[in-house]
Amino acid sequence: MTDPLMIFDLLLALAIVALAVASLSVRDLFSMIVLFIIFGLLSALAWVRLSAPDVALAEAAIGTGVTGALLLKTLHHLRYVSGTLGQQTALGVTPVAPVPMGIILANAGFCGLITLGLLVAFLGAPATGPGFDALVAEAMPQSGVEHPVTGVLLNFRAYDTLMEVVVLLAAVIAVWQIERGLSDAPAPVMGEVWQGFARLALPAIVVVGTYLLWVGAEAPGGAFQGGAVLAAVGLLLLLTRAYIPQPAHRGVARGAFVLGTAAFALVAILVAGGGRVAFEYPLEHAKTLILLIEGVVTLSIAVTLAALFHGREPVALSEGGRHDT
Amino acid sequence: MTPDLIYGLTGIAVFGIGLVGALCAQDRLRRVLALKLCSVGAGFLLVVGAWREPPATPDPVPHALVITGIVVMVSATAVALALIRRLQTLEATDER
Repeated sequence: MTDPLMIFDLLLALAIVALAVASLSVRDLFSMIVLFIIFGLLSALAWVRLSAPDVALAEAAIGTGVTGALLLKTLHHLRYVSGTLGQQTALGVTPVAPVPMGIILANAGFCGLITLGLLVAFLGAPATGPGFDALVAEAMPQSGVEHPVTGVLLNFRAYDTLMEVVVLLAAVIAVWQIERGLSDAPAPVMGEVWQGFARLALPAIVVVGTYLLWVGAEAPGGAFQGGAVLAAVGLLLLLTRAYIPQPAHRGVARGAFVLGTAAFALVAILVAGGGRVAFEYPLEHAKTLILLIEGVVTLSIAVTLAALFHGREPVALSEGGRHDT
Repeated sequence: MTPDLIYGLTGIAVFGIGLVGALCAQDRLRRVLALKLCSVGAGFLLVVGAWREPPATPDPVPHALVITGIVVMVSATAVALALIRRLQTLEATDER
């Protein structure tokens, strides 16, 4: 017990578990979301301790930042719809039919059994099985980048990453369809401090996001982390009403959603041929191609995440109100 | 006790808490959040599996898998939340 880092690990682990319990058991939904955001940031810290800075960046930016913003936006909408917007004591706004206590207890019991099974499997697993470390280290010189995680994401397992971008595209299409014709909750009133903050933060966020994208080739960072940070620019612009989505901008937005997937797939198809398979970049152009894909995908991710936050497709406003076109 | 053991147990605990929440919570928003906790728990186990005793570098493949998982999870969350917003609006119009 002399190692201070181990005490830190234990305290952090306890805090993470306690926050997970607290976020699910607290009655107020706003408190629930705030506790979840703290939980996500501490999890990211734990992953830094496990020497996974890329994953920690992605979790902090996407898993916690963007997800937290989405949850808060939904809570605002639910409170507006249920008419509890201005009330301090707005609690659970989406009650479902009460479930008998016996069923809840049985469910909890089964969950406990599953968790126990996982625990036995985890403790019984071999300490360090053979991983992909050696294979990746051997193939790194052919990847065109120096950072192993970027090499895996954009080269060795690029097909997974392409599908990931497709999932994002599918999500934004689904959200636009689901929210079609839905009226929007009025934006919350923001004070002057908020405007000043946005003015100061926006340039810094743009620089940080671009840096994360660029540095991904040799150090932790990359398209997804950079894209999420740039999506924060979109969120700030939407929240401060500096940018109000117009129906005329739908074409540009659609283009930006598809751009990443299209460019990624196009590169994959173009490098195929001449004895190579898809995603087998020619070595002398590998770095250029990976950076090109990452740049375009980053832009696409940023616009898509901001659109997921905005939700509803921008529709035409007229004298009589909204028209669903 | 090494970090992988401590955080592996944390991951299992978080996964279990999320599972209970997803099945037993009475509220839609809370259920979505509980599923997100499950995904973080699974991420913990993958990151722990990739960890190697320093100075050895960790296995990059599980890291890439977790990053993919985080992005897929945010997409799924966005769609689930859009469905909740739509459902709530429909229920509110029914009551009027």
